[in-house]
Parts: sequence; structure tokens; C-alpha cells
Amino acid sequence: MPTVSMKVNGKDAKADVDPRTLLVQFLRENLRLTGTHVGCDTSQCGACVVHVNGKAVKSCTMLALTADGAEILTIEGLANGAQLHPMQEAFRENHALQCGFCTPGMIMTAVDIVHRKGNNLEEHTIREELEGNICRCTGYHNIVKAIGAGARAMSGEVTKQAAE
Amino acid sequence: MSATGIGAAVRRKEDLRFITGKGQYTDDVSRPGQAHIYFVRSPHAHARIKRIDTKTAAGMPGVVGIVTGAEFAESKLGNLICGWTVLSKDGSPMKMAPHPALAVGKACHVGDPVAVVVADTLAQAKDAAEKINVDYEILPAVVDPTKAAGKGAPLIHDAAPNNTIYNWHIGDHDATAAAFRGAKHVTKLEFVNNRLVPNAMEPRAALAEYDAGTQHLTLWNATQNPHVARLVISAFVGIAPENKLRVIAPDVGGGFGSKIFIYPEEVVCLWAARQFNRPVKWTAERSESFISDAHGRDHVTTAELALDADHKITGLKVKTVANLGAYMSTFSSAVPTFLYATLLSGQYAIPHIYAEVDAVYTNTVPVDAYRGAGRPEATFVVERLVEAAARELDLDPADLRKKNFVKTFPYQTAVASLYDAGDYNASLQKALQIHDYKGFGKRKRESEKNGKIRGIGFATYIEACGVAPSSLVGQLGAGVGLWESAEVRVNPTGSVELLTGCHAHGQGHETTFAQLVAERLGIGIDQVNVVHGDTDKVQFGMGTYGSRSGAVGMSAIVKALDKVEAKAKKIAAHLLEAAEGDIVFKDGKFTVAGTDRSVAWGELALAAYVAHKFPTGEIEPGLKETAFYDPTNFTFPAGCHICEVEIDPETGVTSVVGWTAVDDFGTVINPMIVEGQVHGGVAQGVGQALLEHTVYNDSGQLVSGSYMDYAMPRADNLPSLKVDMTVTKCPSNPLGIKGCGEAGAIAAPAAVMNAITNALGTEKIDMPATPAAVWSTIQQLNKTRLAAE
Ligand code: FES
Ligand code: FES
Repeated sequence: MPTVSMKVNGKDAKADVDPRTLLVQFLRENLRLTGTHVGCDTSQCGACVVHVNGKAVKSCTMLALTADGAEILTIEGLANGAQLHPMQEAFRENHALQCGFCTPGMIMTAVDIVHRKGNNLEEHTIREELEGNICRCTGYHNIVKAIGAGARAMSGEVTKQAAE
Repeated sequence: MSATGIGAAVRRKEDLRFITGKGQYTDDVSRPGQAHIYFVRSPHAHARIKRIDTKTAAGMPGVVGIVTGAEFAESKLGNLICGWTVLSKDGSPMKMAPHPALAVGKACHVGDPVAVVVADTLAQAKDAAEKINVDYEILPAVVDPTKAAGKGAPLIHDAAPNNTIYNWHIGDHDATAAAFRGAKHVTKLEFVNNRLVPNAMEPRAALAEYDAGTQHLTLWNATQNPHVARLVISAFVGIAPENKLRVIAPDVGGGFGSKIFIYPEEVVCLWAARQFNRPVKWTAERSESFISDAHGRDHVTTAELALDADHKITGLKVKTVANLGAYMSTFSSAVPTFLYATLLSGQYAIPHIYAEVDAVYTNTVPVDAYRGAGRPEATFVVERLVEAAARELDLDPADLRKKNFVKTFPYQTAVASLYDAGDYNASLQKALQIHDYKGFGKRKRESEKNGKIRGIGFATYIEACGVAPSSLVGQLGAGVGLWESAEVRVNPTGSVELLTGCHAHGQGHETTFAQLVAERLGIGIDQVNVVHGDTDKVQFGMGTYGSRSGAVGMSAIVKALDKVEAKAKKIAAHLLEAAEGDIVFKDGKFTVAGTDRSVAWGELALAAYVAHKFPTGEIEPGLKETAFYDPTNFTFPAGCHICEVEIDPETGVTSVVGWTAVDDFGTVINPMIVEGQVHGGVAQGVGQALLEHTVYNDSGQLVSGSYMDYAMPRADNLPSLKVDMTVTKCPSNPLGIKGCGEAGAIAAPAAVMNAITNALGTEKIDMPATPAAVWSTIQQLNKTRLAAE
């Protein structure tokens, strides 16, 4: 079995894997990082979104071997210790989750949207950008609200970090 | 109202684990040495299983065992059952055919499991499954419910001649016929209520473990009602006695009904765990969910509404064929009968109603309760008829509704329901105002200028929640009672564990239930821990579905809290050397009335456990109380939803451009959570009306079996929603709660289709109104118009 190694949430991870192992399986089963979920088998739902080298990727669509040498960020690594990421805070504040199953993928996607589209997001932009993420519980209303608020809060983060 | 008490929009306690990726769903749980199970499923809708060759597969790497349906049958376990007996018109019981966990002799739908492979890894199980050779003799299949009972349809089960499960009816046939004879106007419509796939985002999953030492089985299961699962698996399937089986429903990623039922997979996992003495895990892949989760809806209906010269509704006649699929799922029989036809009076005073329902078997996935369960179908019938009648009579649809609303309560309908409280006019009026109904004409002209067609539609729906009381549901054929339990355990330091028989899979009970307890005891919500979803911790409960947790579950909590307070007062009286009747409990303090002598909640709790200072002969030590609550009636939430759509006639694309919901849910514990329930329900209803379609071809193949083909509502299919409320308290439970979980899904399909038919000027379009369907309807109308000119 080939060996794969990558950096996950800042820590080195290495394992021998069956070549057909998906990145999501590697994260969930080898590393026991079960915050990343699997909601479909056709790359449609986005429950599995993580960041690979800073970009949102559906981890059910990538082989673990393809991610060899990459830096991976999962939902477990998003907060800064006990301090939640502003997008996590915004999801809680705006009741953007019910069963919570889509939530990790939604939050990872949301952070990526902000990275690409900036901190002032129009409602229709958010709705279009969420095309690849399905939520069955919330009707998206509060998710859209949360992403708008989280995006604005993230600009505060940037300024704060710059000031420090 | 306190900052965290009843009525406060408290942020959810459960969220921290979900937003940080620390939720524990069934598939997140792993046990040492666990094996994986893969279900080999029939690729045919109807086929005789002639032979299953497992020889090559058995020698594949990692294989622990392979079991076919016939081999599994040797274990002599019981079949899966439908727990609600419905009688036909002639008094004969429904024709329930055997439903073995693994098919024996014959497969009855695509996805019917015929064998299983247990292996060290899932990949190995799948590899081995590919080497299993099943020799099928393909039989003719029937998928269309209107053809299932007809001549020439293949017989699916010997137990059900003509594939008919029951011919049921309700109401007064003769009086309704007389009402139609005397009618001034009759509106008649035909509907298909499209079959839906529930699609909770967490696929179903089961993990079973056997402890050979204690002969104890544990099942982690994505279920909405762990106790009912344990009861059925023990008492009917006979896997193990109840006291040797623990069912844990950890975090569950949505249910919408589909996780109420007892499915083959959990039964086989339990059996295999004991058989192979290894923990056995199964998690559905999404394509597996499509062919194994119970589907929803699937009605074909003809309905007529009679009105008199004064536009009063005088009668309603309904004939429905309900497709229950290839087997009767756990509560399938009740959905198109007691949860459907008993709501056919809607919000209206209709003196005479008669409804007939024929339930049939077809070679499709079983159909059971899905968000709303019967009530969306009923609302669709009534609300489409009323809207169409208003158009035919050239009346404002809001006015026709107002004229016919039930106005005095209690109101006994012609179909058994007893509406206890409501103000239907108030919610309609408020919705009209919030929506700016008056401005619709102007908005329509604006759309016309842009080449678009605008339409508006209403749904003034009624729903029945918290199905109860147990004695009534027993009379109606239910195999269970529908009460709820609660246990309040006060710790020596005054913090509380609240054990509930309800189960949360998105509803936020950890927060709302804590709000109730904290307010009553005068402690912080962080001092209340809600425990649910584990049969070893909670003694018994009926789980969560049918919007019952507020109305029934929280009532049980109130009852348990009453008992806690009563005992605490006894203790306080002793500590304060006063008469019990003089003790007042307020803001977390027990005070002797008219004095400043008091003992705080925390001190009292400690005293209860230390028990140094009170006579244990008179008062037992400790502070813990249990209650079972059986309500006196269903609750009847109601409201008005208004949908506005804009249609592009060039493409047929329908955009929902405005939505107003004004609901009456009685007392609201946490408005933030309640609004969230409305949002989610509306999205599912809009999904049904515009997008979601479960398509079987004639040979019984599920054509829409993945997210590539089955259109789930996404963020850009929906608008922002305006959600508001009116309140009339429910008189049949102590908090006045009615329930809110299904309202959106009940109201939305009718509201959307009323808006689309309003825009198009025809009643002849079925759900889902996809761009193709809308475009073809427009072309057809244009052709007819041209021909007429
Ligand atoms: S699990 Fe990756 S997109 Fe659905
Ligand atoms: S919160 Fe349940 S799927 Fe999104």
C-alpha cells in the first residue's frame, strides 16, 4: 500500500492507504477527524468540504494520494484554540444550523467564499455561491444571513490581526 | 420574560459541537474490531430469486461472512411490521403482507436487500459483493398506483388480492351526496401529489455490538425514536429481549419522518453482530438512501367542492389512491387515512364531507410519513379547490376563505377532528398586510413590462400535531400509545438532568427544554442538561415526529416539574419550620409567605440529599421525579402562507419572489428556533412544488436516484422569507403549545401551485412545476387560444 503524507490542521499526518481511499475517508477513518461529513456519492452536497492548500475542495471527490504533500484545513482546525472563527460565531448567532450535518461543509465553503469574493457579500451572490452545498433543514434563510454577517466579521478579524 | 425563559430567542446550546466538527453522528462512532456490512440489493423491481451463488465471494479477502435471504430466514426472526391497523369499509383488516428483513424467494422493489456481506473493511465487502451471482427471473412490475388494483396488474403479495391493502372511508356518504345535489356551484379538480424522497442530509446508519459475556446487544442508530425501535426489534422481530438491547440515537442529522421507521438494515446489523461476534457497521450511501429510505406522499386524487348561492361551502367529496410501495412501512397505513382525511375540512366550516382512500401495493420503495405526513396532501386538496372555486366564481380568494372560516371553537368537523382554538381570520389578515396584497396588481404590471408573468397564491392550512390521546389512537388502530415521559433529576448542587423520551435531530431540544426547566426552577440554562436518545438512560419515550415534542414532550416536563416543586416545598417547610401550605416558590427561592425566612434552590437541593435535617420517615431523601403525560386532544396549528411567483414564459422558469408566512403555533418557547422550523418546512414544500420528482419508469427502475437527477432545493431556488405569528393558546396542554415542525411543508405546495395557476390562468398543471412543465403548459394554452381565435 502506498504511503501518503500531508499536513492536516497544522499537524503532520502520514499513513499507508489503499490507493482508492478518498481524502474524506482518510480524514474520517485514519485521522478520526469526523467533523467532515459524507452526504452523497455524486459530489453534489458539499457536506465534505475542506480546504486544500487554502481552497475549498469536496474531499469526497479527491483521492487521499492526490492530496499528498498538501496542507489541509478541516472544520476541527478552523477555530483558534477556544476562540471560534468569526464564521462559526456567525452561524451560531444567526441560527444557521439545525441538525448540524451540513454545517461543517457550509462553514468551510462560506470562509472560502469570503476569501474569493470579499467581505461585502450581496444576498444573491451568497445564494449563487452556495450552489454546491445542500441543507435540508434550514431553508438556507439563516445560512445566507450568517454568511453575510460572518463575512463582515471576518474583515474585522483581518484589521485586528493587522493591528496586532 | 427572562433573558433565557419562555419566549426568549436563546442561542442554541447544542451548536458549539456542531460548528466545531465535534458532533457525534452514528457513522462517527467506531468500535474496536468492527466489521462492515454491505447489502446486496435487487436491481429489478419484481423478480423471483432462483439461486444465489456466494462461493467465489466467500473466498475473497477480508470476508467474515455472507448471508442470503433464505439463510437469514432460518434464524426464524419475525418480520418487520406496520404498527397501525386500518380497517376497510367492510370492516376487514388491512392486508399486510410479510416483510422479511432480507427478501426470500422474491424481490419486490429495486433496492430490496437479498443478501449481505460482512467483511473487515467496506471496500472488501463491496469487492466480495460484486462476485455474488444472483439468478433472477424477472417478473412484470407495476408502479402506477392507479393501475395496481386493475385487471392485468401483476400480483405482488398473495396476502393482498388486487394489490389492495384497504378501501377505507370517512364521513357521511349520503349527506354529502345530498349536499352536492343541492349545490349552486361545484368545483372539481384532479391532482397528483408527487412522490418525494425525504433526503435527510445524514444518511441512515447503524452500528451493532454484541457483548458475549453479558449477552447484551447495543445498537447505535440514526433514528427519531430509539425506544420504539427497541420495542419493535425486541417484541416483533425478536432479536433480543428488551432488557438485553440498548438503542442509542446519538446526534442525528435530520429525519423528516424517514428515521421513524424500523428498517431491515438495523435488524440485520444486530443479528450479524451476534452471529459473527464482531461490531458491525452500516452507513447508507446516498444512492442507497434513494432506494431504501421510506418515500413520502404519492397520492392520486379527484376532489369536488360544493358551494351554495351565497358562496358558502356545503360539501366536499374526495377519492384518493395512495401508493404504499412494495411493503407496509411502520406507520404507512395511518398516513393517507387518519393523518390525511381527518384534516380535509381545512380551516373551513364544511357541513358534509365524504372521503374514500384506497391503499395499494406497487413495486416501488415503501412509502410512509414524510414531513407533514398526510396533512400536506389534505391541505393541497382543500386549498387548491378553494382557490379554483374563487376563480370560477370571480371572487377574491381571500374573501371566499374568510366567508367560510371556522369562527367559533371548539368546532367539530365532519371528519372526526375537534378543533379546539384558533383565529384563522387574524392570521390571514396579518399576512395580507405584511405581504402588501393590495400592491400585487402594480407588481404584476411591473413584471409584465419585463415580459414576465406574476402570480399570487394562498394556503390557509390546518395541521394536527401531537397525535393523542393514547385511548383515541388505540381506537383508531395504533399499536402504541402516544404519550410522552420526562424525568427531572435534581443534583445535590442544584443543577438538573432532564431526561426526555423525545429525540432531537435538529429541533434544538437541548435549548428549548432547558429554557423551560431553568425558568421554572430559577436556575441558569447552563445548569440544565437535556438527556435523550439512549434507552439505557431514558426509561421509555415515543420519540420525535409529528411536531409532538413541544405539545406532548414539554407537557410531560411540566408535570414532572410540578412534582419536583411539590416535594421541594415539603422539604422547605421542614427546613423553615413552617406549614407546607405557607411555602411560596419564586425566582429560585422558597419563602414562608409574609416573612423573610427563605431557603434558596441550591441549599434545598443539597439538604434533600444530605438529609441530615429532615425526618426521612416522612420525606424520602433525594429530589427526582418522573411523569408520563397523555394529552387530551390533538393540537391544531394553523396559519396563512402567501406565495408570489414570477414566471419567464420563454423558459418556463418559475422564481419564487415573495413569501409571507403568518402562523399560529400557540405558545412559542424560542421564536428563533420556531422561525427556523418554518423556513425549513417552506423550503421542502417549495421543493415539492417546483423541483422534487421521484420518477419510476414502467419497469420499476428509479430514474431519479441521485442528486444528479433528483432536484433538491438549493439556496438559489428560494427567496428570503417573511415569517410572523399570531397566537391563540392551545387549551389541551399546560403550556398552550401547538407545534411548528411541519407547517411550512404543509402550506407551501398549495401556496406555490395556487400562485402558478393564478399566473398561468389554468388549473391543469401538476407538481413539480418544473420549467419544462410550465413551458409546455404555456405552449398548450397558446395553441388553444390561437385555435379559438
Ligand atoms: S459528500 Fe462530498 S459532495 Fe456530497
Ligand atoms: S442543518 Fe441539517 S442539513 Fe443543514
